[in-house]
Amino acid sequence: MVDTSPPTISPRREVIKQEAPAVFGEEPVEPMELDRLPYAPALEATDHVQLQQRYGLFIGGAFTKPKSNSYRSTINPATEEPLAEVAEAGSLDVDRAVAVAASAFSTWSRLPGAHRARYLFRIARLIQERSKELAVVETLDGGKPIRESRDFDIPLAAQHFFYHAGWADKLDFAFPKGRRGPLGVVAQIIPWNFPLLMLSWKIAPALATGNTVVLKPAETTPLTALLFADICRQAELPDGVVNIVTGGPKCGSILVRHPGVRKVAFTGSTAVGKEIQRVLAGSGKHLSLELGGKAAHVVFDDAPLDQAVEGVVNGIFFNQGHVCCAGSRLLVQESIAEPFMRRLRRRVGRLRLGDPLDKNTDIGAINSREQLQRISALVESGVAEGAHIYQPPCHLPERGFWFAPTIFTEVSPAHRIAREEIFGPVLPVMTFRTAAEAVARGNNTRYGLSAGVWTTKGSRILWMAERMRSGVVWANTYNQFDPAAPFGGFRESGFGREGGVQGLADYLELK
Amino acid sequence: MTPPSVAKTPKLYLDGAFSRSESGRVYEVAGMINVPRASRKDLRDAVAAARRAQPAWGARTAYNRGQVLYRIAEMMETGRGQFASPLGGGRAAARQLDRCLDSLVFFAGAADKLVQLGGSVNSVAGPYFNFTVPEPIGVVALVAPQKPALLPLVTGLAAAVCSGNALVAVVSEIDPLPGLLLGESLQNGDLPPGVAALLSGFRSELLPWVGSHRDVDLVDACGCTSDEWTELARAAADSVKRVLPPTPRSSPLTPELALRCMELKTVWHPVGV
Repeated sequence: MVDTSPPTISPRREVIKQEAPAVFGEEPVEPMELDRLPYAPALEATDHVQLQQRYGLFIGGAFTKPKSNSYRSTINPATEEPLAEVAEAGSLDVDRAVAVAASAFSTWSRLPGAHRARYLFRIARLIQERSKELAVVETLDGGKPIRESRDFDIPLAAQHFFYHAGWADKLDFAFPKGRRGPLGVVAQIIPWNFPLLMLSWKIAPALATGNTVVLKPAETTPLTALLFADICRQAELPDGVVNIVTGGPKCGSILVRHPGVRKVAFTGSTAVGKEIQRVLAGSGKHLSLELGGKAAHVVFDDAPLDQAVEGVVNGIFFNQGHVCCAGSRLLVQESIAEPFMRRLRRRVGRLRLGDPLDKNTDIGAINSREQLQRISALVESGVAEGAHIYQPPCHLPERGFWFAPTIFTEVSPAHRIAREEIFGPVLPVMTFRTAAEAVARGNNTRYGLSAGVWTTKGSRILWMAERMRSGVVWANTYNQFDPAAPFGGFRESGFGREGGVQGLADYLELK
Repeated sequence: MTPPSVAKTPKLYLDGAFSRSESGRVYEVAGMINVPRASRKDLRDAVAAARRAQPAWGARTAYNRGQVLYRIAEMMETGRGQFASPLGGGRAAARQLDRCLDSLVFFAGAADKLVQLGGSVNSVAGPYFNFTVPEPIGVVALVAPQKPALLPLVTGLAAAVCSGNALVAVVSEIDPLPGLLLGESLQNGDLPPGVAALLSGFRSELLPWVGSHRDVDLVDACGCTSDEWTELARAAADSVKRVLPPTPRSSPLTPELALRCMELKTVWHPVGV
């Protein structure tokens, strides 16, 4: 049973201050001088984090053993050491999760919006309170630098719940009254690059609009989703409103095909997205897809070069390049290619690769052995096809999965590294002469998730923004995200938006 | 004794001109009339023409596109007489024509409202100017229902092209004449060549290619049967094409019909000195 009384607001002890990660600001320093700077590790403490040895499935408000009785371990990609065992949900487990979500839907969808909002606000505050623990687990499980999980993933996840909480009681003002309703049980499948953040992008709008959720985290990064289950318990979220089933592709396939599911929201690879679209064809289930990308990052000759270098570095090396909207095709205007590339190489040579728990680390571990193999294979194809590779001197730890930051020049648009999503710290560089050529080259892709433009000329920014065929355009900045700003792709980067009032529409039945 | 009447040869409307199918094939519909049986190649030509025409059409001001749609309504109004008989005559035909005019006028007036209805300026937590605008998605393909032959086609066409899309429509197979006749109103209304194409033919032959064509960005399957829709949507998956599901009955006119043929773009720029 779902408690229909309004949840109370419990006082919180402190407000955790969130600051946006710095994008700009580093003064150019001569490499020799920097090399001599003393550098000691500054490890984030992990002793406050208590992981269980084994996690069940979070169904109906409680952790339960999987009917399949099968488990797999999730490892730390920086050390290859196991962190915990996680259940592998089978079809009986998925059945139960969908059934529980369907029964919770009848009550949850009828709660006054203001009551749903209270639960979402509570969740936002609990994420803030437990942010240190979540950041450490995110880094342990996924390999991303603690600086990023601490300053980006976790604060933004909390912000998504806070933002969408405020929508729950205002839907009547944004959508025609009486002509919209929630959908029902939503199946959500999320990737391994931003585990808790993607969870929040999915769950917050679904709950705000009155749906209930069965979410499957990625098989290599399930832990923060399981901690989130505990946050649902602490928030006293009614049982069955959020269900978390862990497992691999087979579990995902069972979930999207389940007849009790009214909508599927998927973030992940384009290949899997196409397969889901094929499976759902003609079923009447709603679908939103956020898939791959191959963003053009365009730098004009009048761009502020140092800022543009920072932006380009942030665009491709943020989160080891495991970002669907990464600026993964650099287009530099020919007249500045040489000085720009000189600065870029110098800056990349200064990135610190190593222990993700070290607060100094810029580039952490590659998420999995499989991903490392994919990156390596594409980089080998780049060399074989004749592009020129540059990797700064860089020590790679012996254990774990690592890949040095890599820049390719002499790249042709026909090369695989210029066409396929690498999803790693690898930047192919091409040049252009005119703005029209930049647009033509930039749009020469089946993808259309994001694009970047660097120029100081205002009219050119707007001209470029109009012409880039992508769902997001960052001008004189890159990799900015906000729950109020709709995010999603054109073309084979998927459809549907997440964030903003526009993102809510994807979780509503509009009659 | 009256001489035999001068019958009009039905033709496809393709790239702004009236043509026979490149295949030379026809099929006979009620009234002993031969109608072009468009081929896969005709469809391809129509999509190529649409792709060529779309950027310039999308770059026109919304005010101008609205006026062109209004002009098409004017042309249909003056041409009422010639639609009456293909639509079966009588009050039903008149009513359907009235509602076609309603659709054209509605979307003529919607063209320059869509950005304000679907777009937003977003209050992000940082020093950025951030806005979201709907843009035309590009090339839209529409599968018109068998019956009614005209109204859903006109509504779908107006909804798609008012925002700056180009459209390729497969008209009713069993009742193709009203759909083909619409081409005359489009041409007389000064819709630029290529912005809309009207193809008659066998759906079983054309629909698989509508679904899989990589240069079609969105399919409005408003007139598909459930099986046609399933097959088309399956073929569409390989290019992650958007497919709007069949509509059970005529729905009210809303700007949403135009907005769902658009893509949302979010633009960020720092604020500073």
